[in-house]
Amino acid sequence: MRLASVSVAGGCAAETGSFLDPQGPIAAAQLSNLYEVTAVTMIAVLPVLVLVPLILWRYRYKNSNAEYAPGWDESRTLDLFMWGIPFAIVAFLGVLLWRSTTLLDPYRPLDPAVEATRVQVVGLDWKWLFIYPDEGIATVGELAFPADVPLALELTSDTVMQSLIIGALGGQIYAMPGMQTQLNLSAETPGSFFGENMQYSGEGFHTQTFMANAMSAADYADWLASVRQVAVSLDTTAYSTLAERSTKDEVRAAFPTAVMSNGTVAFMLEDADLFNAIMAPYRGSSAIPPTSQPGSPAYRPLTSIGNP
Amino acid sequence: MIDQWTWITGRLGLESFPFVHAWQNPTTSELIGAGAASVVVIGSAAVFILLTWFRLWGPLWRDWLTSVDHKRIGIMYVALAFVMLLRGVLEGAVMRTQQAAGLGGGFLTPEHFGELFSTHGTIMIFFVAMPFVSGLINFVMPLQIGARDVSFPVMNQISLGMTTAGAALVMISLVVGNFSTGGWTAYPPYTSMDFQPGTGPDYWIWAIVIAGVGSTLTGINFAVTIYKERAPGMHFFRMPLFTWTALCAAIILIFAMPPLTVAALMLAADRYLDFHFFTNDLGGNMMNYINLFWLFGHPEVYLLVLPAYGVYSEVIATFSGKRLFGYPSLVWATMVISVLSFTVWLHHFFTMGQGANVNAAFGIATMLIAVPTGVKVYDWMATMFRGRIRLTTPMVYSVGFLILFVIGGLTGVILANPTIDYQVHNSLFLVAHFHNVLIPGVLFGMLAGYHYWFPKAFGFRLNETWGKIAACLWIVGFSLTFMPLYVVGLMGMPRRTVAYTDPAFQPYMLVAVVGAAIILAAVGALAVQLYVSIRDRKANEVFAGDPWNGRTLEWFTSSPPPEYNFAVVPEVTQRDAFAVAKAYGDAYQMPPEFEDIEMPRNTSFGLVLSVAAAALGFGLTFYIWWLAGLSLLVIVGGMIARSFVMQTERLIPAAQVEADYRRWIDAVHAAAPVTRDQEGSPQNRGHAVRELPEGVV
Repeated sequence: MRLASVSVAGGCAAETGSFLDPQGPIAAAQLSNLYEVTAVTMIAVLPVLVLVPLILWRYRYKNSNAEYAPGWDESRTLDLFMWGIPFAIVAFLGVLLWRSTTLLDPYRPLDPAVEATRVQVVGLDWKWLFIYPDEGIATVGELAFPADVPLALELTSDTVMQSLIIGALGGQIYAMPGMQTQLNLSAETPGSFFGENMQYSGEGFHTQTFMANAMSAADYADWLASVRQVAVSLDTTAYSTLAERSTKDEVRAAFPTAVMSNGTVAFMLEDADLFNAIMAPYRGSSAIPPTSQPGSPAYRPLTSIGNP
Repeated sequence: MIDQWTWITGRLGLESFPFVHAWQNPTTSELIGAGAASVVVIGSAAVFILLTWFRLWGPLWRDWLTSVDHKRIGIMYVALAFVMLLRGVLEGAVMRTQQAAGLGGGFLTPEHFGELFSTHGTIMIFFVAMPFVSGLINFVMPLQIGARDVSFPVMNQISLGMTTAGAALVMISLVVGNFSTGGWTAYPPYTSMDFQPGTGPDYWIWAIVIAGVGSTLTGINFAVTIYKERAPGMHFFRMPLFTWTALCAAIILIFAMPPLTVAALMLAADRYLDFHFFTNDLGGNMMNYINLFWLFGHPEVYLLVLPAYGVYSEVIATFSGKRLFGYPSLVWATMVISVLSFTVWLHHFFTMGQGANVNAAFGIATMLIAVPTGVKVYDWMATMFRGRIRLTTPMVYSVGFLILFVIGGLTGVILANPTIDYQVHNSLFLVAHFHNVLIPGVLFGMLAGYHYWFPKAFGFRLNETWGKIAACLWIVGFSLTFMPLYVVGLMGMPRRTVAYTDPAFQPYMLVAVVGAAIILAAVGALAVQLYVSIRDRKANEVFAGDPWNGRTLEWFTSSPPPEYNFAVVPEVTQRDAFAVAKAYGDAYQMPPEFEDIEMPRNTSFGLVLSVAAAALGFGLTFYIWWLAGLSLLVIVGGMIARSFVMQTERLIPAAQVEADYRRWIDAVHAAAPVTRDQEGSPQNRGHAVRELPEGVV
C-alpha cells in the first residue's frame, strides 16, 4: 500500500501541507493515483495536442500540395478507434477508480488491529475544536496525536457546513451540524502539518487553520501533560463563548490563561460526551432560535468575547 | 429607521446604499463598492441621455423592446450577455488583484470579497453563459431549420424579459443593499436566515427564480420549435449539428431547471415563512439542497457546452471547406452526453460522507462522459484533416478550444476520481478546472458563433484583424490566469479565500493577475473591433448573405434576413441543404410564385411582465410588500388581459415578399462571387465561389 512519495513543489511541507509532498500513506496513495490517472488519460489527450497544430499547418488553405478530400465524411475504422480507445481508457481507469475509492475510503479504519487515537472535531466559526474524549481534554489551534498510531477523527459542526483537510496526510471531509462524519488518517513519521477549513464559512474563513502535530509516544504524553497544566474548564459558559463568531486570536484573548506556549488554547472537558451534546439540539424537536445558534450574528453567548 | 415609513420602504434605508458606506468609512474596499455602484448609475444615465439625444426611443420601442422576432430577441440576449460579461470580467479582475495582494491581507474586506465571488459566479453562469447560449440558438436555430419564427414568439419575448429582470436585480444589488456571500451555489445553512439575515440571499433567490422561469420557457420553446417547425424534408438526421445541440440543450433545460427553481423556492420558504427544509434544526437538512442544486447544476454545464460544441461543428466544417466528419457519431455523442449529464451530479460532493461504492459509481459515470466528448474532439480533427483550412477568427477560437479543452477534460477525469477529489475539492484546482471548460469550452464557442453569425445578423462582417487580436488575447489571458490556479490548487490553496499566509502561493497569484489584465485587454479588443466594424460597415457589407461559403440553410437568405426569414420555405433533400442547392445550381433561383405570410404582431406584453417581475423580486427582497403585491397583480392581470387580445398576427402581402426577394437576388447577382482567398477583403460581398469538385456537396 505504501507507495513512493514524490516531491514536486519543493516547498516546505509543514507550510503548504499539500499532498504533493505526502507525509502519510493516504496522501501518498492519492498522489500516485493522480499520476496514474494523468498518465493514462494522456493517451487520449496527447494526440490532440500534437495533431491539431500539424493538421492546421499541413492543410492550410494556401498549401495547394496537400491532399483535399471534401467528400470524406465517414470511416467505420476511425469511428471504431474514436469510440473504442476512450472507452478502453475509461474502462481501465474505472477499475482503478473503484479499487482506489474503496481502499482509500475515509471511513475505513487504517489498521483494524491497532486502536486508533480518537479525536472528535467540532467546526466552529472560525476555528476547529479538537476534543479528546479519552483524555478529558480539548484544544483549539492544534491537533496533536501519536505518529505510530492511526488517527480516527469524528466530525460535526456547530455552525454552517465546513470541510476539514490536512493535505499532507489525506483528503477532506465535510462537517455538518447534527450529523457526524469520519476521517481516518495516519502520519508516516513525527512532523507538523498544516490543516484548514476548505468550505467557505464567512468573514473569518481564511483564518480557520490549525497545525496537526504527529508526535512520538513520549512527546505525546508530554504534550498531554502540558495541556492539562494550563487547561481551563470547558463548561457550558466557556463553550458558549468559544462558539461565538471569532478567530483563533480572539479565542486566545478570551481565554488568556489557557494559552500554551505554541499558541494552542487548552481546555479540560466537563462533559466527556460534549461531542454528542453539541449535536443533540439539532436532532431535537424544538426550534433553535438565532440567539442560541452559534455562528449566527444574533447569537448571544452566556459570556461574550466582546467582538461585534 | 423611522418606523412609520417601514410599510413604504420595507427594510430599505439610507444604510442600504454603498455611497453612504463609502462616505462614513472611506476604505479602499468601500470605495471600490461605491465606484462600482456609480458605474451602474452613470452608465444607465448615459444610455438614457444618448437614447434621448439621438431620438432613439421610438425605434428602440418599435424594433426591439416590443419585437417578437426571434432574430431580434436573440440579438438582445447576446447584448445582455455582453453587458453582464463586462461586469463579470471586471469582478474577476478585482478578485485576482486581491489574491495577488492577498499574502496576509490585501485591500478588500472578507465581506466584499464574498460578495464578489458570489455575484461573479451567479452572473457568469446565469446572466452571461445562459443568455449567450439562448441568444445564439434563438437567432440561428429557426434559420437553420427553415422556420419563420419559433413556435411561441410571445413566450420567447417573455423568456427574454424574465432573464433580463433577473439580471437587473443583480445589477440593482450593486447600488442598493448587499448581495449574498454564499457563492453562486448558495449552500444553506450559510444562506439561511440564521446566518445571513440581510438582503443578500434574497437577491440571489429572486434573481435565480425569475431568470429560471425564463430559461424553462426557453427550453420548451426551442424543443417545440425543432419538433414542429422544420422545413419540409428536414428529417432529424438532416438537421445541422448546431440545431441538434440546441435540441439537446432544450431538453436538458426542461428537465434541469425545475430542481433549481424548487430548491431556491424551498430556501425562500425557509427564509420568509420559517420553514425547515434546509435549516440546522427541526429536521432540516442542507444535504437535500446540495443534491437538488447539483441535480440542476451538472446538466447545466452540458446545456451550456453542447451548443458551443454545435458552433464548433459548424465553424470547423465551414472553414475547412469540408463536410462535417462523422455526423451520426457526433449526434449520438451529443445525445449520450445529454443523458449522462443527469447521472453524475454527486461528483460535486464526494466529500459529504456517503459510502465508497456510491462515490465510485458516480465517479465512473463522470469519466464515461469523457468518451463521447473525446469522440467529438476527434471528429472535429478528422473534419479538418484533408481540408482547406482558413484560419479566420472563429477558427482561432476553435483551435484554442481544441487545445485548451482537452486539458480541461484531463483535469475533469482527475477530479472524477473520488480519492483525488478528496484532496483538491474546494481548492483552486477545481476553480481552474471549471474555468477551463467554461472559458475555452463555452465562451470561446459563443464568441466564435458571434463572429460567424454576426454578418447574418447585421449585414456586415466584423473586422478580422481586431477579431484575431481579441481571440489571441483570450487564449493567452485564459492560460496565464488559470494554469497557475491548477498548481496552487494542488498545493492546497482553498477557493474563495480572501487572504493566505503561505508565500509559496504568491508567485502564481502574480502570474494570474497578469493573465487577468490580458483578459481585460481581450474584452477591450472586442469593443474596439465592434467600433471599427461599425465604422467600416459599408466596406464589409454582405447583404447577399453568404460571406463564408456556408453549408446550412441560414446562409440561404439575405443578411440581415427579412422578418419572415425565407420568402419561400426551402425543401430539404439532404444534409447541408444550402451546400446541396449550390452544388446543383438551385441556389438563387426565382420561385414560381409568392404567398402572403402571416407573422406575429409586436407586443409590449413581455416588457410589462419583465418590469413587473423585477419589481416583484425587489419588493420581496426588501420586504416592500405593497410593491410585491402590486407587481404580482400586474403579472396576473397582464396575463388575463393578454388572453383577450384576438388580433395577434399581421399579414405581409405577397407583393412585399416578392419585392424583398428581388432586392436580395439582385444583390446576389450584383455581388461578384469571391474565392476564399478574398474572404477577409472588401471584395467579399456575400456571394461565394463554389470551390468543391463537381458532384461533391
